[in-house]
Amino acid sequence: MSELTDISLAEARNGLRRKEFSAKEITQAHIDAIETGNEALNAYILPTPKLALKTAEIADKKISDNEARPLEGIPLGIKDLFCTKDVRTTASSHILNGFTPTYESTITRNLWDAGAVMLGKLNCDEFAMGSSNETSHFGNVISPWRREGSNAPLVPGGSSGGSAAAVSARLCLGATATDTGGSIRQPAALTGTVGIKPTYGRCSRWGVVAFASSLDQAGPLTRTVHDAAIMLKVMSGYDPKDSTSVDLPVPDFEAALSGGMKGLKVGIPKEYRMDGMPEEIETLWQQGIEWLRSEGAEIIDVSLPHTKYALPAYYIVAPAEASSNLARYDGVRYGLRVPGGDIIEQYENTRSAGFGPEVKRRVLIGTYVLSAGYYDAYYLKAQKVRTLIKRDFEQAFEKVDVLLTPATPGPAFALGEKSGDPIEMYLNDIFTVPANMSGLPGISIPAGLSNEGTPLGLQLISRAFDEEMLFRVGKVIEDAAGILSRPEDWWSIT
Amino acid sequence: MKVDDATVRNIARLARIKVSDEEAISLKGELNGILQWVEQLNEVDTDGVEPMTCVTEMPVKMRKDEVTDGGYASDIVKNAPEKAGTFFVVPKVVE
Repeated sequence: MSELTDISLAEARNGLRRKEFSAKEITQAHIDAIETGNEALNAYILPTPKLALKTAEIADKKISDNEARPLEGIPLGIKDLFCTKDVRTTASSHILNGFTPTYESTITRNLWDAGAVMLGKLNCDEFAMGSSNETSHFGNVISPWRREGSNAPLVPGGSSGGSAAAVSARLCLGATATDTGGSIRQPAALTGTVGIKPTYGRCSRWGVVAFASSLDQAGPLTRTVHDAAIMLKVMSGYDPKDSTSVDLPVPDFEAALSGGMKGLKVGIPKEYRMDGMPEEIETLWQQGIEWLRSEGAEIIDVSLPHTKYALPAYYIVAPAEASSNLARYDGVRYGLRVPGGDIIEQYENTRSAGFGPEVKRRVLIGTYVLSAGYYDAYYLKAQKVRTLIKRDFEQAFEKVDVLLTPATPGPAFALGEKSGDPIEMYLNDIFTVPANMSGLPGISIPAGLSNEGTPLGLQLISRAFDEEMLFRVGKVIEDAAGILSRPEDWWSIT
Repeated sequence: MKVDDATVRNIARLARIKVSDEEAISLKGELNGILQWVEQLNEVDTDGVEPMTCVTEMPVKMRKDEVTDGGYASDIVKNAPEKAGTFFVVPKVVE
């Protein structure tokens, strides 16, 4: 592992500006790391080394001309859900076989305009549907983490499993990710990385492959809270091409990092203490509470009574929206086509061959709950429950500034361990889904290790458009947790 | 059991996904499992509660009624599995 792949994004930014190393050098170091490490991890499904070096050259020119932009020369990985002009984009689905966009997503456009370098496209669950990165057409992502004394492959979480594994294994300085029900925060927690899902509307969804449009939101996955603040600043902003993006100024998230805890009220929602939750999660949570209390926070018990209904409501709303969003994959406009006798049969054959089992399951559930006679009983009911979930949060935020919860109900599990039962897999997102259902920002911060020696994360949730609070309090947790151990490099071919 | 074999067939047809007999059997079990699990929402009293339509209470922006985009038909058809010039080619749908 090279020194240049082991530094934080913030350190890289400083080093590049001080000309301690060039954009080309740090990019090449990451290309080498991908070449030796990706076969074992399967984090990248399309490395783009030539493009990366070409961009790095431009970055070096900018730096030498003293025209460095905010992310000049910073090598990043891009989740394959983001459309990248002239670079294959598949959402890890066979149905988008070979799809090469003729346009760039707004978020990646913002990153390239800020000088960032794309190392390649990252693996994810198919159409971001999964919590373990076991539904990708391109195969499973393997976590760089292993249980102590075991070589059994663990999942990196999902759906942004490739992003989390690549950041954790030092195959990029940071990565883009998306979060519909926890797909940034859950993999971040399972791989010891930082993942923030900003408020719905903070980042443009234009050019991001749609899963569930009222829940989808993109964000960064990084190794430090500071790095997440730097990346999110560039990714955010109003976009006329996404009518749900909000026209609000983007705050200086870096400035929020040094705010400290003095005078802040932290809510502890009692409903996040679930039956059968492992002891170590409870212990971690208590530890988090102590850290914030000792830094001067006032700890207040709050109640979010509809918490337990967030996940079942999500599994009506998200599949319903997915079933209509995925209707566009018809074998006519892009990707795969499997011929049939007539056009209907061609649709059916194409979609049968192109979608994997989890995607089919969700499209069918969505079709069922939206079908005649069931709309009121399912979709409308779920949207009403959603109003109540959001109301719970609004009432809590009358009393507190931020909520502290566990990020996941447990540490990383082994491949195949939970893929037999859909509901058991869905339960992984039990602590992350409520923020999506309410549009609120949430962040997962590495806070400790499990009894198995694998990472665990704590989650913070704040008021809408108050990501600054997440960075402020997140930094306090990060500092209190100190330097956590990191996965030992078993994946590089030497 | 809410979903029987015929219902699986019907929603698969509506969703334009061909399912094999084998798939239909396992889908029936899985869909029933998920639907049974979401039944717990019936415990929640939602009388008089407005369904959520948007998480952020922001007025929708209006834009000027003018053409600002377009004119690249060849880009639009670029990824089509089959095309003729700037047209998508599909099996015959009108006799």
